[in-house]
Amino acid sequence: MIIGLTHYLTLAAILFTIGVAGIILNRKNIIIILMSVELILLSVNINLVAFSTNSGDLTGQIFALFVLTVAAAEAAIGLAILVTYYRNRGTIAVEDINALKG
Amino acid sequence: MYDLIVFLPLLGFLVAGLFGPLIGARNSELVTTIPLGICAFLAWVAFFMVGFGHEEHAQVLPVANWFVSGKLAVDWAFRIDTLTVVMLVVVTTVSFLVHVYSIGYMAEDPGRPRFFAYLSLFTFAMLMLVTADNLVQMFFGWEGVGLASYLLIGFWYEKPSANAAAIKAFIVNRIGDFGFALGIFLVFALTGSVTFDAVFGAAPGIAGKTIHVFGADFDAWTITCLLLFMGAMGKSAQFLLHTWLPDAMEGPTPVSALIHAATMVTAGVFMVARLSPLFDLAPVALSVVTIVGATTAFFAATVGLVQNDIKRVIAYSTCSQLGYMFVGLGVGGYSLGIFHLFTHAFFKALLFLGAGSVINAMHHEQDMRNMGGLRKDIPFTYWMMLIGTLALTGVGIPFTSIGFAGFVSKDAIIEAAYVSQRPGAVYAFLCVVVAAGFTSFYSWRLIFMTFFGERRSMADAHGHAHGAIHEDDAHAHDEPLPDDHGHGHDHTPHESPQVMLIPLAVLALGAVVAGFAFRHFFIGGGFEGFWKEALFLAPDNKILEQMETAPWLVSLLPTLMMAGGFVVAYYMYIVEPGAPRALAQQNPILYRFLLNKWYFDEIYDFLFVRPAFWLGRLFWKGGDGFLIDGLGPDGVSARVIDVTRNVVRLQTGYIYHYAFAMLLGGAAFITWFLVGGIR
Repeated sequence: MIIGLTHYLTLAAILFTIGVAGIILNRKNIIIILMSVELILLSVNINLVAFSTNSGDLTGQIFALFVLTVAAAEAAIGLAILVTYYRNRGTIAVEDINALKG
Repeated sequence: MYDLIVFLPLLGFLVAGLFGPLIGARNSELVTTIPLGICAFLAWVAFFMVGFGHEEHAQVLPVANWFVSGKLAVDWAFRIDTLTVVMLVVVTTVSFLVHVYSIGYMAEDPGRPRFFAYLSLFTFAMLMLVTADNLVQMFFGWEGVGLASYLLIGFWYEKPSANAAAIKAFIVNRIGDFGFALGIFLVFALTGSVTFDAVFGAAPGIAGKTIHVFGADFDAWTITCLLLFMGAMGKSAQFLLHTWLPDAMEGPTPVSALIHAATMVTAGVFMVARLSPLFDLAPVALSVVTIVGATTAFFAATVGLVQNDIKRVIAYSTCSQLGYMFVGLGVGGYSLGIFHLFTHAFFKALLFLGAGSVINAMHHEQDMRNMGGLRKDIPFTYWMMLIGTLALTGVGIPFTSIGFAGFVSKDAIIEAAYVSQRPGAVYAFLCVVVAAGFTSFYSWRLIFMTFFGERRSMADAHGHAHGAIHEDDAHAHDEPLPDDHGHGHDHTPHESPQVMLIPLAVLALGAVVAGFAFRHFFIGGGFEGFWKEALFLAPDNKILEQMETAPWLVSLLPTLMMAGGFVVAYYMYIVEPGAPRALAQQNPILYRFLLNKWYFDEIYDFLFVRPAFWLGRLFWKGGDGFLIDGLGPDGVSARVIDVTRNVVRLQTGYIYHYAFAMLLGGAAFITWFLVGGIR
């Protein structure tokens, strides 16, 4: 079986869907939301690299590296916020985080 | 010179009013009183220059242009003729004496700079009124004195009754001013000018012209004069519009003397005299003037019979005497009205200031039932009040012109009312003769209750009172000066300081001599030479000559009535002190009727005040509150709140809800563009 562009895109779509579902359906832990966000970013990266290889243009792969950097930074900041949040509120359960409620 | 007379009080007002707290009370007194003294001196100079000079025509001294609008051009200008200088003398002299008197009377009041500023403002406005060369400037002064009157009645603004009285005076005056303003509009519409010379010049040509109002034709000058007289009725507290004057006694006593006895309330008399060329063209209006004046004279005198507040007695007396003045004007003797105005200013100011001295002596007690026997304690005030009473009741030698001021001027009006052929003059004659008797009675009653008999303390006052009817008691214990003044609480009457007694003496001199000294010039043979063209007399108007030939009984009648009033008062309050009470108990209905001032306040309350409140409440609650607020601001805001209450529910605060909404949004956008791309 030749692994072609379609397979990559399908994999990316599956990862993306899992990520979105993880954000929306997850009610327990906010770390899982962060992980889901990472999943979404990874799926995007797969898309970028797949299209880059397919069309022979390196730009996509360089862009994927940038996305990784940003994702790392985002994870660091997200976790830092999470730690301080936990110190302040004593919980990181998604259901309890509703300070924006109108 | 006239600029000085008119504008010096304005200067005093500005300095004392703007910088009063800065320069202190004593300087405020000086800065208003001294210019007034100069004014008074200059006014007397002017009086002799103009009254006994040979200038036939009225001098018109322009000051500045006020405004020009189309055909309507109004200037600030002084019209100087005998009528003006007579008023100048009255206003500045009384005002100066009242300023001096107030230095003593208000000595304990913290608001003195304000008080003196108001007094000077009033004087300025009154001087603008009497020197006016056109109706609009007159209206300016007219409203100015109304404003000053309002401010001074409500001078003790901590006292709710003073505020109510001030508002009442202002509103009742507005009714009269409404008529006055309409009258000015009509004059302008008829003659195309508001300047006196132009109006008087054009007036005879328009006589007999009719104007169409409310589907009927009326004589133009009649209706104009009636409207103008309506203004005079309001300002001079004539019958039907008189209700504000007795309440105005809530103000400090010097104010009552200056504004509500000597000057402002006579503005209506002055206005009718000033406009005599117009009123002479409207005999019907003059009849109305006569009848209203006579009714006022009678009505106010009857009410004065039973009042217990010393100032209210004098207030009703003022009202009554104003009625006399209008009778004098109405029968065509314009100079009679002005002469009575002139003499009345002296003796009524004297009575008021004397009453102020009594009130001061009694530690701000105004109820005559709590006075008595003051003759020995305050002898000077007693003699001054006695002179005032003699002048008011008209004591003099019949068939001569020797007598106190009121004798000369009032009896002349009574005689003129007798000889006049004007419709209503007979009624007026009866009214003023009866009122003369009543005047004598209530004046002597005041003297006897205040100065004779035993002193009645606060405790047993109600035992001595007339029956058990005390509706008026609310007004009795006012003058809310702080009670911690320096002379302790021994409650023994004490004579007032010199600064209050000297003005009394000066006014007393006027009350004695003003009558026979000026009779010849005001209403006697020197009439033509004195008044010149200031007052208009039709060629067939011989009222002043006819007056001299009145039957001897008519000449004697006022003196008889005066003596009768004195005898009755003497009997009821000295010989038989129980008589008034018995009389009141025998005629309870009449007594209540008089004590409650013919129930005018109650009738007006029912007819006008309550419907006005009802209407106001209807518009307020129904119109504004329910309709406008309900549909407008309140309605809109309520809908906004409803909507937001629903929108707020969307803000759950859960991240996954927002994320889901974002996803949906993103999906929707992408779908939109994809579908758009396919097409």
